[in-house]
Amino acid sequence: MEEVRLMKGNEAIAHAAIRYGVDGYFGYPITPQSEILETLEELMPWETTGMVVLQAESEVAAINMVYGGASTGKAVMTSSSSPGVSLKQEGISYIAAGELPALIINCMRGGPGLGTLQPSQADYFQATKGGGHGDYHLIVLAPATVQEMADFVGLGFDLAYKWRNPVLMLADGVVGQMMEKVVLPEQRPRRTEREIAEQCPWAVTGRPEGRGPNVLTTLELDPLKMEQHNLHLQKKYDAISAEEVRYEEIDTEDAEYLVMAFGSVARICQKAVEEAREQGIKVGLLRPITLWPFPAEAVARLSNKVKGILVVELNAGQMIEDVRLNLDTRVPVHHFGRMGGIVMDPDEVLGALKEKFNIQ
Amino acid sequence: MKEEIIMAGFGGQGVLSMGKILAYAGLMDDLEVTWMPSYGPEQRGGTANVTVILSDQPISSPVLNRYDTAVILNQQSLDKFESKVKPGGTLIYDPYSLRNLPTRTDIRLVPVEAMEATFKLPSAKVYNMVLLGALLKSRPLVSVDAVMRGLKKTLPERHHHLLPLNKEAILKGMELVGE
Amino acid sequence: MTPEQIKKPENVVAQRPALLNDNTMHYCPGCSHGVVHKLVAEVIEEMGAEHIAIGVAPVGCAVMAYNYIDVDWIEAAHGRAPAVATAVKRLNPSRLVFTYQGDGDLAAIGTAETIHAANRGENIAIIFINNGIYGMTGGQMAPTTLEGMVTATTPYGRRVDLNGHHLNISPLLAQLEGTCYVTRQSVHTAAAVRKAKKAIRQAFENSMKGLGTSVVEIVSTCSSGWKLTPAKANDWMVEHMFEAYPVGDIKNTTTQKS
Repeated sequence: MEEVRLMKGNEAIAHAAIRYGVDGYFGYPITPQSEILETLEELMPWETTGMVVLQAESEVAAINMVYGGASTGKAVMTSSSSPGVSLKQEGISYIAAGELPALIINCMRGGPGLGTLQPSQADYFQATKGGGHGDYHLIVLAPATVQEMADFVGLGFDLAYKWRNPVLMLADGVVGQMMEKVVLPEQRPRRTEREIAEQCPWAVTGRPEGRGPNVLTTLELDPLKMEQHNLHLQKKYDAISAEEVRYEEIDTEDAEYLVMAFGSVARICQKAVEEAREQGIKVGLLRPITLWPFPAEAVARLSNKVKGILVVELNAGQMIEDVRLNLDTRVPVHHFGRMGGIVMDPDEVLGALKEKFNIQ
Repeated sequence: MKEEIIMAGFGGQGVLSMGKILAYAGLMDDLEVTWMPSYGPEQRGGTANVTVILSDQPISSPVLNRYDTAVILNQQSLDKFESKVKPGGTLIYDPYSLRNLPTRTDIRLVPVEAMEATFKLPSAKVYNMVLLGALLKSRPLVSVDAVMRGLKKTLPERHHHLLPLNKEAILKGMELVGE
Repeated sequence: MTPEQIKKPENVVAQRPALLNDNTMHYCPGCSHGVVHKLVAEVIEEMGAEHIAIGVAPVGCAVMAYNYIDVDWIEAAHGRAPAVATAVKRLNPSRLVFTYQGDGDLAAIGTAETIHAANRGENIAIIFINNGIYGMTGGQMAPTTLEGMVTATTPYGRRVDLNGHHLNISPLLAQLEGTCYVTRQSVHTAAAVRKAKKAIRQAFENSMKGLGTSVVEIVSTCSSGWKLTPAKANDWMVEHMFEAYPVGDIKNTTTQKS
C-alpha cells in the first residue's frame, strides 16, 4: 500500500520532484516557499536519482539556469514567491518563446513591492496574462491541497513536455505552509540521454553524427518569420485551450448562487458553501484548476443556471475579469477579496454572499 | 467526528510543534488532518498560532474563524481567541502567563498550571507537551499511544532518548485536568 | 589554370575550419569577432569535440554566433550566459560548455552571473570579447570603456565623476577560488592570434578536466564603434586599450603553462 505521509505543501513539491525523476532544481530562498529548496538539499537527490539541486545567486540566475537546462531536454524546475517571480519574468518569456518544457512554482505572497510574507493571490494577472514581454501563455495550475502540490509536479511536467510549453504552478502561502496527508507518487527513473534524444529532437545536447546543429534562440530579426513564429505559438495556445481545461464543480446541480475561487481560497469557500446549505441557501462552487486555459465553457454554462456569481480571491479582483468575459447572460457578478496577506475565513465569504445578493 | 482547534502563544513556546505532534497523532489514528501555521517573523518571538483540524471526513477550509477548542499560552492570544470559541467549546489556558483570565460562561474553561508543573520536570522544553496532555484529557481526540507513535516518527533518531520525558510531561498534563 | 585545378589537398596551406560554415558574417570589417570565431571553431575541431560542444551565445554583437559555428548553441538572455551554461554543464557533465560574451553582457548586466558562476568554479570556459563599447546597439558606453573615450552615450568622453571608472573585471575574476585560468589575449597580429588560440584550447581542456572556470578575455577592436579604420583601430587598441588591459596570463593554477 502507498504510504500516507504528513507534510507541508512545499515539502511535498520537493519529494514529488525527486520521485518524478526531475533532472534539476534551481532556486533562491524567499518566504513562504524556501522549504522546497531546503527539503531538496536535505534529501540530497544527487546521491540517489542524480538530480541536480543548486541554490542560485538570484531568481534571475535561477530561471536562466532553467532556460539552459530545459534547452538540453532535461526536466528542470524553479520555485519562488511573488517578488522573486517578478524577477523571473524575463527568463519565463524566453522559455515560452523557445517552447521549452519547464515547471515554475509561485507560492504567492502579498504585494505589490516587497509586500508581506502572508498568503495572497494577487499574481493571477501576472500568471495568466503573460507576466513577461510578448504574446505568450503559460499553462497555469492552481493547487488547493497538499496532495495537489505533489500531484501537479508530475502533471505539470507531463503537460510541459506534451505541449513544449512552460507550466506555472500558482500556489499560495496557505497551501505551501500547511501540513496535510499526502500520498507521494512512485519513484520514476530520470530519462536517459537516448530517451531525451528521441523525445526531444530539438534539444541542445551536443550535435551527434548525422544531424545538423540544434540552436535554441528566441531572436528572429526578420519580422515575417517572427510573425510566423507567433502564429505558430497562438495555434498551439488554441489547441491547449481546447484540450487542457481542468476544473472542479461542487454542489452546482441545484445551485441558485455560484461561488468561484481557486487554490486554497476554494477550500475556504467550500466550507462557506457547506454552511450556506445548512442555512438553506443553495450555493455551488466552481474551482478552476487550470487558470490558463480558463474554464470558459463551465462559466458560460453555469451563468445560465444561477441568480448570481460571487468571485472570491485574495486580491482586488483579478479572476473576476475572466469570469465576466465568459458569461452567457447578464447575471450579476460580484467580487469579495482580502488583500495584503489577510486570508478570509468561511464566515466572511458567507457574509459577503448574503450581502451582495441580498439573501436573508 | 470533527474537531477544529486553535493553539496560540509566543513564538518559542512550542505552539507550532504541539500542533504538529497532534496532527501526526491524528495521522496515526487514520484521521484526516490539516495543520495551518501562522508563519513568518512570528517564529522569531512574536505571537504564533496554528490551526489544527482533525476529522473522519475530508476537510475543506484550513482557515477558520470559530473553533471547538482553543489552547492559549499568552494574554494576546486569549484576547484574540476567547470570543472565537464556539458555544459549548473548550478553552484550555495556563493562568501563569495571564493577567486577565477568561470570562466566558458558555464554554468549558480549563485552567492548567502547566508552567508550574514544567518547573518540576527535567527540561522546560516539554512545556508544550504538558499542555498537549491537558488537551488530550479535556478532549480525548487521539490516544496517548498515537501521540507517542507520532512523536517517534517526527523526532529525529538522535532525539529518541527524549521520548520518555515527553510521555512523562503529557501524563503530567493529563493529571492537571480534573475529571 | 582553373580554381578547381589549384584546390588540391597537397596545395592547401591554410583553410577554414569545417565547423565555420558558409554564412556571411554580420560583423563589420576589421572586427575581432571573426577571428575569434575561427579560433573557437578550430579548437573544437582539433579537440574532436564537435559532437559534445554546446555554446552559449550572449546578447550583443555575438548574439548570432550560432549562425557561424556548426555546433549546438543556446542563445541566452542579456548577461545570463554563465547561468545558462552552469545548468547545461551540471546537467550534461560530459559536454564541452562555453559561453561567448561581450563586455556589456559579461561585465555590466551579467556581472552577478559571471562572478557567481566563476566563484562556484563551474566547469565552463568563458570567451570574453572586450572592445570597450556596445557595438550591437550603436556604440554606447560599456563598463570597460576607457576614461575619455567618446561613445554615443559619452559624447564628450567618459568622465569618471559621471560614469565611473573602466571596469577591469578579469583580475577580479582571477581572485576567485573557482577560476583556474584567467588570461587576456588579443588577435591583432599573427603571433597574437596563435597565442589566443592556445589560450582558448587550454580553457576548453580545463573545463573538460573539471578544473574550474576558465576565462579568456580577448582585447578587441570595434572599428565601427570607435569610428576608426581597421588598421587604425588596431593601433589605437595597442596604444590605449593595452595600457588599461595588459595582455598575458592573469592566473593559471593548472599545471599546463602557456
